[in-house]
Amino acid sequence: MNKRRPYVRPMAGWWRKNPFFVEYMIHEGTAFFVAAYAGILLTGLVRLSQGEAAWKMWLASLQNPLYIAFHWLALAAISYHTYTWFKIMPRTMPPVVVGGKRLPDFAITGGGLAVAAAASLALLALVWGMAR
Amino acid sequence: MKPGLKRSNAPIFWALFGAGGMLSALFGPMLVLITGLAIPLGFLLPPDTMSYANMLAFAQNLIGKGFIFAIISLFLWHAAHRIFHSLHDIGIHAGLLAKLVCYGSAMLGTLIAAYALLAIGF
Amino acid sequence: MSENQRIIEIEVLRYHPEKDQKPYQQVFEVPFTDDMSVLQGVQYIKDYLDGSLSFRWSCRMAICGSCGMMINGEPSLSCETFLRDYYPARVRVEALAHFPIERDLVINMEGFIEKLESIQPYIIPKEERTLAQGEYLQTPAQLGAYEQFSSCINCMLCYAACPQFGLNSEFIGPGAMALLHRYNIDSRDGGKAERMELVASEEGVFHCTAVGYCSEVCPKHVDPANAVNQNKTNAAADYFLRFLAPKGGAK
Repeated sequence: MNKRRPYVRPMAGWWRKNPFFVEYMIHEGTAFFVAAYAGILLTGLVRLSQGEAAWKMWLASLQNPLYIAFHWLALAAISYHTYTWFKIMPRTMPPVVVGGKRLPDFAITGGGLAVAAAASLALLALVWGMAR
Repeated sequence: MKPGLKRSNAPIFWALFGAGGMLSALFGPMLVLITGLAIPLGFLLPPDTMSYANMLAFAQNLIGKGFIFAIISLFLWHAAHRIFHSLHDIGIHAGLLAKLVCYGSAMLGTLIAAYALLAIGF
Repeated sequence: MSENQRIIEIEVLRYHPEKDQKPYQQVFEVPFTDDMSVLQGVQYIKDYLDGSLSFRWSCRMAICGSCGMMINGEPSLSCETFLRDYYPARVRVEALAHFPIERDLVINMEGFIEKLESIQPYIIPKEERTLAQGEYLQTPAQLGAYEQFSSCINCMLCYAACPQFGLNSEFIGPGAMALLHRYNIDSRDGGKAERMELVASEEGVFHCTAVGYCSEVCPKHVDPANAVNQNKTNAAADYFLRFLAPKGGAK
């Protein structure tokens, strides 16, 4: 009769078997640092709303070596998020046509990273300007 | 819709994910550098940059409020969406519970941020 | 056999449902030359070593889309993957990932065919058109807009690449979305609203997490990831603006 017996292979551990997927899981994992950093900012905001004493204590706690270590890791992770975000952008955007020719992938990624660099410097300049 | 097809509500969370992803891509690294390293370790910026007076003035300002709220809230929504999908990727299909924990946390953080910003006043 | 005859090991995942409980690996020693593809290696096995080995193939020139398989864990067309690039290491060959294995390297592709049919892969005219009106006219620029998406050879490498499809086979997937997008952006077509129902549904584009591996493996550079992700924006627009549009769009 019908001798078919299709075999469905399990998906367990799929991402460990291909370097492309390992990188994917890493860049998805940067979200953990985005969440944790937002949580730190949120804590700071709440302390700010609780008055000067609470704010000063929170600010001082940021000097704890564990927090410093976390922020170095977060800097690396979130910078990697920036890079991978613009690296995938050619896949997520409609074609950009400039002067009759379609912009190549590296132009979109490079453009995005340039905007990120400019935004970062603008932010730094703004904060520096406001602090003076 | 055609019978059997259900419209997905994913666009809401995807839009928040996208906005948070773009914001964190553009400003995340510098924000971490400033608030987590430059100020605590005392380099790059004046030591009193994040003084109570400065931060209160910033948070009482409408634009400042908007900036703080956008950063905290959208970072949380971006991370919630990504973490929820990553759980699915590694085989944790906790469905509704995972959704509640992930998106619920983002909602909670958003509400706390809004409340704190209102409490700080104008 | 000449003294310079080199042997390469090809490890194949075998499965004959009438006798096997589950798939198992079998290693074959295949004499090869620099010009031989993995497909030719597998054909050698069938012709000289084990006639029971089953696999699909046809054109042997990367246009029919039949010979897709996992080669060292990567979705590839076996006719354009060469043994010389792996020698002296062993070449692992397995049926395309994320599809049920029928037999050896043959997978069940019924679900894929159903998906292609479901997206209405034909020009849905914008308005009624008579024969007397003559043929549609299309500029090179209008053709250029969708041409890349029309290059799909239905090889299913993108489905083998997509972990979201692997985790949930209900997901419409990259290939069907590339075909859908091909019609939506064809200047002759007016069926975008009709096709949006599938795009915006729970089996639609939002399963995609922008892994991007589908576009990496596509042998025809269709960029299915682009088709899927552009339609996330379209679906979101449909979702948020649906109460404004008086007609069309999914409800």
